[in-house]
Amino acid sequence: MSDKFSNKPYLLEVRHLKKYFPIRAGFFRRIVGQVRAVDDVSFAIREGETLGLVGESGCGKTTTARTILRAIDPTEGQILFRTAQNEVVDLAALSEKEIRPLRRDMQMIFQDPFASLNPRMNILDIVGEPLLVIEKMKDRKQRMERVAELLELVGLRPEYMQRFPHAFSGGQRQRIVIARALALNPRLVVADEPVSALDVSVQAQVLNLMKDLQEKLGLTYLFVAHDLSVVKHFCDRINVMYVGKIVESGPTDAIFFHPRHPYTSALMSAAPIANPRIRAKIVPLEGDVPSPANPPSGCYFHPRCPYAEEKCAKETPQLEEIAPDHLVRCHYAHELTLQGVAKPQEIIAS
Amino acid sequence: MTPLLSVRNLKTHFFLDEGVVKAVDGVDFDVFPGQVVGIVGESGCGKSVTIKSVMQLIQKPGRIIDGQILFRHHDEAGRETIIDLAQLDPHGKTIRSIRGAEIALIPQEPMASFSPVHTIGDQIMEAILLHLDVDEEEARRIAVERLHEVGMPNPEQRLNAYSWELSGGLRQRAMIAMSLACNPRLLIADEPTTAIDVTTQAQVLNLLLTLQKQHNMAIIFITHDLGVIAQIADFVVVMYLGRVMESGPVEDIFFNPQHPYTKALLESIPSIYAPAGKRLPTIEGSIPHPFSRPSGCPFHPRCKAFMPGVCNAAIPKLKAINDRQSVSCFLYDHAPAIVEGS
Repeated sequence: MSDKFSNKPYLLEVRHLKKYFPIRAGFFRRIVGQVRAVDDVSFAIREGETLGLVGESGCGKTTTARTILRAIDPTEGQILFRTAQNEVVDLAALSEKEIRPLRRDMQMIFQDPFASLNPRMNILDIVGEPLLVIEKMKDRKQRMERVAELLELVGLRPEYMQRFPHAFSGGQRQRIVIARALALNPRLVVADEPVSALDVSVQAQVLNLMKDLQEKLGLTYLFVAHDLSVVKHFCDRINVMYVGKIVESGPTDAIFFHPRHPYTSALMSAAPIANPRIRAKIVPLEGDVPSPANPPSGCYFHPRCPYAEEKCAKETPQLEEIAPDHLVRCHYAHELTLQGVAKPQEIIAS
Repeated sequence: MTPLLSVRNLKTHFFLDEGVVKAVDGVDFDVFPGQVVGIVGESGCGKSVTIKSVMQLIQKPGRIIDGQILFRHHDEAGRETIIDLAQLDPHGKTIRSIRGAEIALIPQEPMASFSPVHTIGDQIMEAILLHLDVDEEEARRIAVERLHEVGMPNPEQRLNAYSWELSGGLRQRAMIAMSLACNPRLLIADEPTTAIDVTTQAQVLNLLLTLQKQHNMAIIFITHDLGVIAQIADFVVVMYLGRVMESGPVEDIFFNPQHPYTKALLESIPSIYAPAGKRLPTIEGSIPHPFSRPSGCPFHPRCKAFMPGVCNAAIPKLKAINDRQSVSCFLYDHAPAIVEGS
């Protein structure tokens, strides 16, 4: 599936990205430790591709996404972005001022459409604000035309632009958030859990809209989510994160049906499948996700891993390519045979 | 077999200054001993208000205005009588002896439900001392046993822990231990896994099913997640805007849904097995605001099978269409229905 992108250039390449938050304590607020929210993360997205970032809460997926947009400054690493002029720039090295003209190329869709729209601004002002701030489109008439265009693009009636957010339902609000993100014709859109706050019957509408817009406008998505069936539906490739590190990266089908990392396997088999005949005979993972302030030694997953050996507690495994385009961070990736999401035919056969 | 709990035509309305919100408007379902009943629905469908009505926890300006909630109550002498919970005084002695003892609740957010200034042990023991005739030492022993049962590591020590010292998964386990303290016959779980992660969710669901078998409890499991319902429920009740759209055994609901809403809802969720990139079938529109409830069948403005003059004129009744499933839809019902306004 990712083959269809293999001849496309990289739009974004993240190299050894780190974001540590200091823990301060005592009267002098001295730094007593670090929360390693993003701990040496590297990946790349080709133009027009959708890359999913999955993992449980606290794994650093949102911090990774925000650091890429420089909403948070990285501690270390490179964020290489291909501009519209086909130049590759390192976003991590740019100053706030230098990055400004690039902001139009990268936009964000937020999780909660009830929190991300200012209740005192009408839709015209909300969607028109990036046009005013970045594009310096001072003429109100001109702005209204563009906003009308954008609202139509996301399936809302342009007459609504004088209304305020409270007049809209969750799904409609998320459409407004998408319209605002698209106002400046971005090339990279970071979507942080864009449908998890929506009702089930409305999720499908928003997912379809995002797919249509991708085709129409050639968007590249970095899609952060925890709902595995949504990720499976939406993404071409997936990065699985655990305690600030990528543990596995590969094409969607491989990650779901032929995972090579024990954590991915556990995550996939824990996904509740909407099919009562596939009642998973899974042994759920023991224990909890460790704190990124105090991660375990060696492989961060070893205290919960059913296959852990002595080596796992001592040595940190590196991300290595186990198959074309499929990377795994596990000492025993070559030896293990792991279960992915159970396939219906396997259930019937067993 | 007589049901343990039988809800008949339950109506719970909220009387606000702006108007009446018909949060629950005619709900029927049964729960049999040892059965896991899943109530599934989107926000505003009345699933939480339904179970709050069962426990008589509706607060003003809300009120149960009609219907019966029949429960097989065991009184102090151990006799079984069928009582109508809807008729009880919410502050009365009878409901207080049932709440927490015969019917227990696992709330959605354990963080918000535990008191942060009392230890886990104190809170579990409080329930035991209130409902069972035991001394403090015995209560402590039961509390440790329950914590052990839910897989809490070092239960004796954790008795002295505060809720904020525990991780999300352990906190939810402590909450389950507390709800099981007095051996309830009916456990109500209100979205118990929505605030926790996938792998922890799998742990908690497994635990609930194990405990359900051990104690032979009935469980009412409330969720909006069809995946979770498919994994845990025996019987499913699908709700929309305060009414039951369809109910039936889990197999029939997922493989032979009859109501247009159930069908559309199941089609609209992305399947892990479907080829990627396919467009999802959608349900048009969105859930109406509680003050602007559609007339007739509440789903008709979004329904693909909408019949003008029929669906918007009257409310269809929930009727058995075969020996397992019940549906409230005019596609299956040509008999006289409840006329609007009656």
